[in-house]
Amino acid sequence: MLNYLTYIVAAWIFLWGLYGIVTSKNLVHQVVCAAVLQTSTYVLLLGIGFKVGGTAPIFADIPVGTSVVDPLVQALMLTDIVVEATVMALLLSMVVKSNEVAGTVDPEELRVLTG
Amino acid sequence: MSSRARTIFFLISAAGLAAVFAWGFRDAPPLGDYRGPYGNVVTQVAVYERHATDVVNAINYDYRGFDTLGEEFIFFASVLGVLLLFRPQKEKENEGKNDSKEQEHLEEELPVSDTLRVSMQLMVVIMIVFGVYIAAHGQLTPGGGFQGGVILASAPLVVYLSGNAETFERIVSSPLIKLAESGGAAGYAIVGAAALFFGAHFLTNIIPLGMTGDLFSSGTIAVISALVGLEVTGGFVLLMKTYLQEIIVAHGGKK
Repeated sequence: MLNYLTYIVAAWIFLWGLYGIVTSKNLVHQVVCAAVLQTSTYVLLLGIGFKVGGTAPIFADIPVGTSVVDPLVQALMLTDIVVEATVMALLLSMVVKSNEVAGTVDPEELRVLTG
Repeated sequence: MSSRARTIFFLISAAGLAAVFAWGFRDAPPLGDYRGPYGNVVTQVAVYERHATDVVNAINYDYRGFDTLGEEFIFFASVLGVLLLFRPQKEKENEGKNDSKEQEHLEEELPVSDTLRVSMQLMVVIMIVFGVYIAAHGQLTPGGGFQGGVILASAPLVVYLSGNAETFERIVSSPLIKLAESGGAAGYAIVGAAALFFGAHFLTNIIPLGMTGDLFSSGTIAVISALVGLEVTGGFVLLMKTYLQEIIVAHGGKK
């Protein structure tokens, strides 16, 4: 059970993020929930790449061949963290515009499509 | 659908999703029992093939470079999207508020104390040096363009936080920021396309690899990392500028 904890935690974070998105009453809150949901992928990827006894995949001061954790998943996450921040900025700017146009940040009240 | 019905619908679906997830991971290896062959292969060959000691960046800017190019353009498109949504709207600004009110707001800033100004300057210098260091050493130690760019982009924010809004305006309005943002994005694609002129595949590492461990080693990895650093710096500074301007306009409108 403990050995599979990463997968459980990842699913747990994912589902709570999704729950937040579904039940949210505020668009800003909803954007933050999307960010929470996304962090579940970090937990999952890092868990998959982890190796018992593995160190960081930087060979600046350790010889090649030392047991290291998977650098592939780290590379995937590295780019994503920065990109996610800007995507959040884009989503939040949409929230600001939505508030300007519709006068509300409650997704429940954004039912009518206006041009 | 009422919110109660939706919550119930969600809970049922979530239970289904959790079940599918559990079923999908039933044969997954336990934590720490790493079985993927790619990670093992790449950590064995990357240092010899690319002369980069940071394997994560060797993957990011070389082995998986095409994918990172795509991520770069997601970044670029998001920044463009924010700029587009917050573009100055002439008619609206003329209605309620005018420029003098914005100006007033800026002039209302409290006088900056000497302590704050000196420590801010010190902080900015440290942040710029550290940011450049991180961005330039991506091929050797943990770091690279993404991380260094974010550190560099925080430097103008420190200027703003110390109450020096005018200096902040002057820094972020510089055309160099837009040049960094677009030049970084274009540069990445150009470095990739340059390989085509040497008869190699797109994004092949065509620059001499140099000595492993040197600052100028690893060929295109260092170049692309620096270009990404430029783009991330430009992008984040533009985002901060746009958001803070939006706050100032909203503030000026309320008064």
